[in-house]
Amino acid sequence: MLTYIARRLLVAIPTLLALIVVSFLLMEFAPGSPFATERGVPAEVLANLEREYGLDRSLIERMGIYVWNVVTQFDFGPSFVFTDRSVNELIAQGFPVTLTYGVWSFIVAVLVGVTLGAFAAIKHNSALDYAAVGITVGAQVLPNFVMAPILVLIFTLWLGWLPGGGWQGGQIEYVILPVIALSTSYMASIARITRSSMLETLNAGYVRTARAKGLPMRRVIFRHALKPAMLPVVSYLGPAFVGMITGSVVIDVFFSTGGIGQFFVNSALARDYSVILGITILFGALTIFFNLLVDVAYAWIDPKIRY
Amino acid sequence: MSDITTAETHLDPGLTEGKGRSLWADARRRFFRNKAAVASLAVLALVMLFAVFGQLLTPWSNEEIDWNLLGMIPQEGGPSLENRHFFGVDETGRDLYARVVQGTRISLAVGIVGALISVIVGTTYGAVAGYVGGKTDNAMMRFVDLMMSIPYMFVLILLLVIFSRSIVMLFVGIGMISWLDMARIARGQTLSIKNTEYVEAAQAIGVSTPTIIRRHIVPNLIGVVIVYATLLVPQMIIFESFISFLGLGVQEPSTSWGALINQGAANLRNGTPWMLGFPLAFFVVSLFALFFLGDGLRDALDPKDR
Amino acid sequence: MPLLSVENLGVEFQTPDGTVNAVNGLSFTVDQGETLAIVGESGSGKSQTAFATMGLLARNGRATGKVHFDGQELLALPERDLNRIRGDAVSMIFQDPMTSLNPYLKVGPQMIEVLQLHKGVGKRAARDEAVRMLDAVRIPDAKARLNQYPHEFSGGMRQRIMIAMSLLCRPKLLIADEPTTALDVTVQAQIMKLLAEIRQEFGTAMILITHDLGIVADSCDRTLVMYGGRVMEEGPTDALFAKPSHPYTVGLMKAVPRLDVDQDDLQTIPGEPPDMSRLPKGCPFSPRCAHVRDICRGTMPPLEPHGPLLRACHAPPAEVEKEITA
Repeated sequence: MLTYIARRLLVAIPTLLALIVVSFLLMEFAPGSPFATERGVPAEVLANLEREYGLDRSLIERMGIYVWNVVTQFDFGPSFVFTDRSVNELIAQGFPVTLTYGVWSFIVAVLVGVTLGAFAAIKHNSALDYAAVGITVGAQVLPNFVMAPILVLIFTLWLGWLPGGGWQGGQIEYVILPVIALSTSYMASIARITRSSMLETLNAGYVRTARAKGLPMRRVIFRHALKPAMLPVVSYLGPAFVGMITGSVVIDVFFSTGGIGQFFVNSALARDYSVILGITILFGALTIFFNLLVDVAYAWIDPKIRY
Repeated sequence: MSDITTAETHLDPGLTEGKGRSLWADARRRFFRNKAAVASLAVLALVMLFAVFGQLLTPWSNEEIDWNLLGMIPQEGGPSLENRHFFGVDETGRDLYARVVQGTRISLAVGIVGALISVIVGTTYGAVAGYVGGKTDNAMMRFVDLMMSIPYMFVLILLLVIFSRSIVMLFVGIGMISWLDMARIARGQTLSIKNTEYVEAAQAIGVSTPTIIRRHIVPNLIGVVIVYATLLVPQMIIFESFISFLGLGVQEPSTSWGALINQGAANLRNGTPWMLGFPLAFFVVSLFALFFLGDGLRDALDPKDR
Repeated sequence: MPLLSVENLGVEFQTPDGTVNAVNGLSFTVDQGETLAIVGESGSGKSQTAFATMGLLARNGRATGKVHFDGQELLALPERDLNRIRGDAVSMIFQDPMTSLNPYLKVGPQMIEVLQLHKGVGKRAARDEAVRMLDAVRIPDAKARLNQYPHEFSGGMRQRIMIAMSLLCRPKLLIADEPTTALDVTVQAQIMKLLAEIRQEFGTAMILITHDLGIVADSCDRTLVMYGGRVMEEGPTDALFAKPSHPYTVGLMKAVPRLDVDQDDLQTIPGEPPDMSRLPKGCPFSPRCAHVRDICRGTMPPLEPHGPLLRACHAPPAEVEKEITA
């Protein structure tokens, strides 16, 4: 198992480095890059850049310094627009917000999705099954940027139950709508995947064996069917994670949570390259790390995968 | 008896004349039996007609500001037949109907172009990897894995910021990402076709590799490719809408469903629900139709999948 | 009083193309310690008979009639009570050992849970018993192998594990559904030998479901031939094999390759196995039968005694019997 993890790390690390290098080069050669000194970059920023990278140095050296700072100190350098702040400070400010509702969304999507999908499969062709299928089909056309305004329209403007934006240090009523908006479509996908894989598993020979052994249905499902039925769900968690990280940008912007996505979009509009770069690398690293976790989890569940 | 069955497996089902036609006829019959899919096809045809000819029905252009309504849009700017603003006006007094026509054009174009790129690049890439196999296949698919493990939306936004936000860049960026899934699917399908007896038979009588790919592999891939391309179109539309929702996609005065939904959502509190409602309805209905169409095609062309 | 008595069993499935009757009016008995073979082509309803007995029919299936086992009516039992019987007094071995063991659980826990459930024994005792049983089915190094996953065993070994698992609670009846079909011929012989030994040792009655007449001749007391969900012929194995009186049985016999007779060509039964959703009104075998007459197509012949056998056929026994000797 350890060697398997090590082997996956050996793939993950170059991927991450490649991401950093390619992003850096893109920024370097961008028209109007702040590294191009003729652009009207504020003097303080230039001074900061000078100190950090030394603009007189060669491209390779500067890249080396950037990569080194990122890898060893998680230091993404100064912001180009907020002259007095570093990228790290922005991340430190926004990331906990995004992380809070992101983790909740992930938990809700997995728990509700798996439960709904599993029950739909166990009660195949029942009213519950049809309802679950209806929800999953409907949620397919309701991505987060569609869900968010609809939720605000209903729960904020019509019913007046929940605030339609803000964060207030993460009080529960400010978290609910972001979590629903972000998790719905992934919950639906997880429910759909769980349902079909559970249906398939329930028809498997070993489930028939378990029933022939006289095991009660509950035990048949929990002990014999659930684990194999979860495998496709586990492989979907990687893409779901990427989707949620990406979707958090919409949530941050729409609900004005002060999360990291707001900085990202503002920076994108203001061409604040180092912030975009920093956030892209941060999310890239998270994604790669999470995919590693998923692979390990998969190998742990499926004994047929030899490390 | 047994001789006949073996002979049949040596024949490419896509090439034998009578049988080939009946396969497609079979698929057509199955498709038209699926009411949801047929209804979806009709809905999509209407949306297409709307995109192409919708502009002819209104005197307003998508850029013209109706100065009569400025300042009292929440009261007077709603849908009305009198002033010919069928869907009302947006927050700057521009005709929303004309803007939705324009947005529909862009969104559909992005969806179709994105799917086309993915079909051409992805199918070729996947078919080559699958057919050649071995180390080449391994390296090619590793690259796809690598690309897939990157949060591409951020990279795409990075690209859009760096190379300025043009619609061309949007197409290129979306195309770059969309082919990955297609490549995987095409590869898997190619692998299974490659091991069929009719391909082995073709190899045995010395047909060249490019000819085998052209004559046997590609035609037998078409069914699966059509199905997944149909399912890709809505994904591409969602993708573009996402970026435009953030204000990083299409640029004014051009617009798309995502950009329109964004504007409608931003004006939610101003008492102008039509600004959200019309684009949202177009988005949701079209996507529904596309997904149902894709499902219908899958059932028709790839019944063993069920 | 027989151990198992099946009366007028029917199995039907609701499918998108309408109702399919897999088994019709099937009756038979199995005595304590006796071995009954159920023989037929694929689609004859023999496996569905076993599933119906065990309450394992697919979701869209329904069983009618009566299945009496050891004083209880199995078809009428609620799931909870049925669970006390299956795995304990009746157990089952399935066709494909590759799929009938759970690939995601180690072999040990899969065996142990049966004993824990039915006998209420502790983990340690259950484990010891599992090791003993694996020894009994000749799996070397049983103790260590409990900690392995099914994919670490060969097909034959997996079927041995299935057999060991099914015998853990010393069942009175063992239903073996094509236990050797998915295995190599040499392994088939070993498994059949093992089953015969174990039956002697534990005194277990057995229903052996198979399409392989060779296996039946060696190991079964009585034989029941099924076609299209109905009994064609039934009787003591020796008598049935010596003098089959039903055209279908005769056809099956002729299709068995023999080493002791010089055969140019193996005979086959003309036609296709029946389409269960479109069975003929009368005898299901009539479309393929060489002795068919008008009455066969419209009326199902009753099951009537003929010497030691029971046969369901309109053709006179003498006419059919002479075919096999000729």
